[in-house]
Amino acid sequence: MMYVKSMKLKNRQHRWLGMSQIIMIVFLLGLLLLSSILHMDTSTLISDSIIRIGMQAVFVLAMLPTIQSGIGLNFGLPLGILCGLLGGLITVENNMTGLGGLFAAILISLPLAVGVGILYGWVLNHMRGSEMMVGNYLNFSIISLMCIGWMVLPFTNKNIIWAMGSGVRSTITLESNYEHILDNLFCIKIAGITIPTGTLLAIAVLCVFMFLFLRSKLGVMMRCSGENAVFGASLGINNNSMRILSTVLSTVLGAVGIIIYSQSYGFYQLYTAPQMMAYPAIAAILIGGATTRRADIGNVILGVILYQSLLTIALPITSELLDNSSLSEILRTIISNGIILYALTKMVGRKV
Amino acid sequence: MQSEFVLEMKGISKEYFGNPVLKDVSIRVRPGEIMALVGENGAGKSTLMNILFGMPTIHSTNGFKGEIRIDGETVQISSPLDAMRHGIGMVHQEFMLIDDYEIAENVKLNRENLKKGILRKLFGDKAGVLDRRAMKEETAATLDEVGLNIDAATHTGSLPVGYKQFIEIARELDKNNVRLIVLDEPTAVLTEKEAEKFLQCVQEVTKKGISFIFITHRLNEVKNYANHMAILRDGSLVGEYDTQDVSVRKISELMIGRSVDISQLEEERKLSEEIILELKDFSVDMPGEFLKNASVQIHKGEIFGFAGLAGHGKAAVANGIMGLYPSSGEVILNGEPLNASDTLATLSKSVAFVSEDRRGVGLLLDESIEINVVISALRVKNQFLKKIAGIRFYDKKAGRKYAEKMIQEFDIRCTGASQHTRSLSGGNQQKVCIARAMTLKPEVLLVSEPTRGIDVGAKKRILDALTEMNQSTGAAIIITSSELAELRSICDRIAIVTEGGITGILKPSDEDYRYGLLMSGVSEEEGGCV
Repeated sequence: MMYVKSMKLKNRQHRWLGMSQIIMIVFLLGLLLLSSILHMDTSTLISDSIIRIGMQAVFVLAMLPTIQSGIGLNFGLPLGILCGLLGGLITVENNMTGLGGLFAAILISLPLAVGVGILYGWVLNHMRGSEMMVGNYLNFSIISLMCIGWMVLPFTNKNIIWAMGSGVRSTITLESNYEHILDNLFCIKIAGITIPTGTLLAIAVLCVFMFLFLRSKLGVMMRCSGENAVFGASLGINNNSMRILSTVLSTVLGAVGIIIYSQSYGFYQLYTAPQMMAYPAIAAILIGGATTRRADIGNVILGVILYQSLLTIALPITSELLDNSSLSEILRTIISNGIILYALTKMVGRKV
Repeated sequence: MQSEFVLEMKGISKEYFGNPVLKDVSIRVRPGEIMALVGENGAGKSTLMNILFGMPTIHSTNGFKGEIRIDGETVQISSPLDAMRHGIGMVHQEFMLIDDYEIAENVKLNRENLKKGILRKLFGDKAGVLDRRAMKEETAATLDEVGLNIDAATHTGSLPVGYKQFIEIARELDKNNVRLIVLDEPTAVLTEKEAEKFLQCVQEVTKKGISFIFITHRLNEVKNYANHMAILRDGSLVGEYDTQDVSVRKISELMIGRSVDISQLEEERKLSEEIILELKDFSVDMPGEFLKNASVQIHKGEIFGFAGLAGHGKAAVANGIMGLYPSSGEVILNGEPLNASDTLATLSKSVAFVSEDRRGVGLLLDESIEINVVISALRVKNQFLKKIAGIRFYDKKAGRKYAEKMIQEFDIRCTGASQHTRSLSGGNQQKVCIARAMTLKPEVLLVSEPTRGIDVGAKKRILDALTEMNQSTGAAIIITSSELAELRSICDRIAIVTEGGITGILKPSDEDYRYGLLMSGVSEEEGGCV
C-alpha cells in the first residue's frame, strides 16, 4: 500500500514528456498523414515548420532562466528584442554584411542587453509577486517609448531611414546584408525538405550553453534560490542577484534571438512589431510541459517543435478543409493565448 | 432554577484523526469567579475552548464526547453563534479590532444601534441608519465599567496596545446577555503594569456576576487574581484547586510533570572548559519570536537545549545566528566575533542549521533527495563539483553516490535518491535535513524542533543520530525544542527562554517545578522554593 502510494506521488513529479505532449505528437503525426491524403505539399509544410522552429527557438530558450530563478515567464522579452534590433540596425547602418555582420550585430547588442537586463531585474525585484504583469506593462511602455526612439535616433544610411525626412523605416530589408546567412550555411535538402542547418546549429550551441549553465554551480544555486528563496537565504544565496542574473540571461537571449529570427525572416521589423513576440514563445514553452515554476531544456525543445509545427501544418490544412483563409490567424491567436491563460490558472503558491 | 455553576463541561474527550487530545476533562465555573486554565502548549487548552465555542474545526473532525451544561441545563453548541446566544464571549490573544474604526464602532460591531426610519421599515434592519449618539453613549458607559476613561469616538488604531485589550473586554461586556468571558492569554502582550490594571478591571467586573475563564502562562497572575484553577497536561485534567490552597511550585510541577525518570538519565558528562559559541546581549527581531539581550556560553562538545513556550523567543536563537532575521549583539565563535548577518561566512565557519520550518525553509520540496542532501556542501565547501575548463559543474555521480549512502545510513524510506522530497513523510524529510547539515561536518550544529510532527521511530533515529554525531565528532549541538522531556533526555544543559529572555539554565536532572517556574516567568525566589 505504501509502495503504491509513493509510486503515484512519484508519477506526479515534473516530466517533460507528459500525457498531453504525447497526445500532441500523435495529433501532429496524424496531421502530416492527413496532409498527404489531401495531396498537399507535405515536404513544404515540413520545411516551413523547421524554418519557423529555427526562428522562434531562441525566444523560447529565453523563458528558461527566468522560470528557473522564480520570476516566472518573461513577458518582458521584447526588452531584449529591442536591444537586438538596435545592435542589428547599427550593423546595417555601417553596411556590414555576411556572417561578420551578423556576429557584429550580436556583439553590439550584448552590452546593451546586459545593461537592460540588470535594470529590468532591478525593477522586478521591487515588484515581487507580480513579475509577469510588470514585465507585460514594461514591454508595452518601452515599445511605445522606442516608437519615438526609432524616429529620433541619428541613423543616416538611406537603406534605413524613411525616403522623406528622418527616422527609421518600419521594416528594413537585410537582402544586401545577411539575409538567410545562417539558414543557408551548410543547408541540406533531402526529399524536398530544406533544413536550415546553420540556424539549427546556432540554436544547438545556445541550448548546450544553457544546459551547461544550469548544471554549473551558479546554475544550481540559481535554481535552488528560485524554488525557495528562504532556503537559498539559509545557504547565503542572494535571491535578488540570482533573479537579476536570470533577467540578464533572458534579455541577452532575446537580443540574440531577434537577430537569428531576422536573418531568417529577411527583415528587421521595428516599431510595434516586437510587442507581441513574447507570447508565442511563452505558449511554446508551456506546450512543452513547463509550468510557471518549473522548466528545463527538454520543455524548450519539445515545446517549440510542437507549437510551431502544429501552427504551420494545422492551419493550412484547416483552411484547405474549411475553405476559409482568415480562420488561420484567428485560430493562431486563440490557441496561443488560450494556452497562456490555461497555464496561468494552473499557477500555484499564490493563493490568497 | 439557579444552578451552582454557570458552566459545566463534563467528561469532554476529543480525538483528531485517532490522536486523543483531550481525555475525559471536566471543568466547572461558578458565577462571578475567575477560573484559570493553565497548561503547556499542546496541553489541550485551545481544543477545550474550541469545543466550548462550537468551532467548525471540532465539528469537521467528528465532534467530541461529553456534555456541556450552562446554568445546569445541557446545551448543544454547534457554532460560535450558539455560544454567543448562550452568553459566552471571548477576548482573543490577537486583537480582533478594526484599527480604522472608532472605539464605539468596534464595540458595537454587528450589533449597532439603529434609528427608526422608513427605509428600515421597508427593507429591514440592513437598511437602517446608525444611531451614532446612542452607540457612543452606551459604549462610554461600558468603558466606564471597565475603568477606561477615554472618548468613545477615538480611533482604535491610535490607542496603545494596553488599551486595546480593555476595548476587547468592553465589547464582550456590552453584549446584554453575557455571563462568561474566555480570556485567551490576554496579558501576553501587556506590560506588567498594564496586565495588573487589566486584571484588576476583570476582578471588578466579576462583582456583577460575570465569570471568566482565564488562560495564561503567568502563574503569578493565576495566584493573585484567579479564584479557582484547572491544570491540563497532555489532554488530561491533572488538578483542580482553589488558588489559595496551592503553591506556584505545585502548579508548575503539575504542569510540567512528564515524570522524566531522573535515575534513567545518563551520568552528567564532564564538559570541556573551552567555549565554542558565546552570545552576548544577543537580540533577534523575528516576528512572533522576539529575543532580547540573551547571553549564554556554550562549551565545546556540549549538547545544549533551548526550551520555552511557543512565541517566547527560543526559535529566534538559531534563526538569528544564521542571519535569517536581523539581530544585534555579539556572537563569538571560537573566540572570534561572527557577523550573524553574513550567512555564507557563518556556514563556512562550520556552523550548520536545521530549520524548524521544515517545509518552508528546510527543504527544496520539488527537488530530489540527492540535491537536498548535497546542496549545502556544494554551496559552502565546493564539494560534489568537478572543474571543467575552469568552470565548476555539479558532479551528479558523486552527489548520487553520497545521497544513496546517506539514505542507507539514516534509513530514509524512499523510492530512490531521485524522489522529490515533497512526497516523503515528515520523519523522512527531517532525516534529509539532518543529513544535509551533517554533510557540512559542522563544529556547531543548530537544530530546531528536530522531532516536531514526526513518528516515534523516526524520532528515535534522529535523536540517536544527533548524539552519535556529538560523541564521534565532538561537535556542539544546540537543540531548540518544545518537547522538554526530549531535551532532558539528551542535553547537558537546558536554557529556558521566556518572554524574549533567558530566565535560567538548568540541568536535565533538576526538578520539574523549576522548569515550570522558569517557563511561567516566575523567578525561583518568587516561587518560594530556593
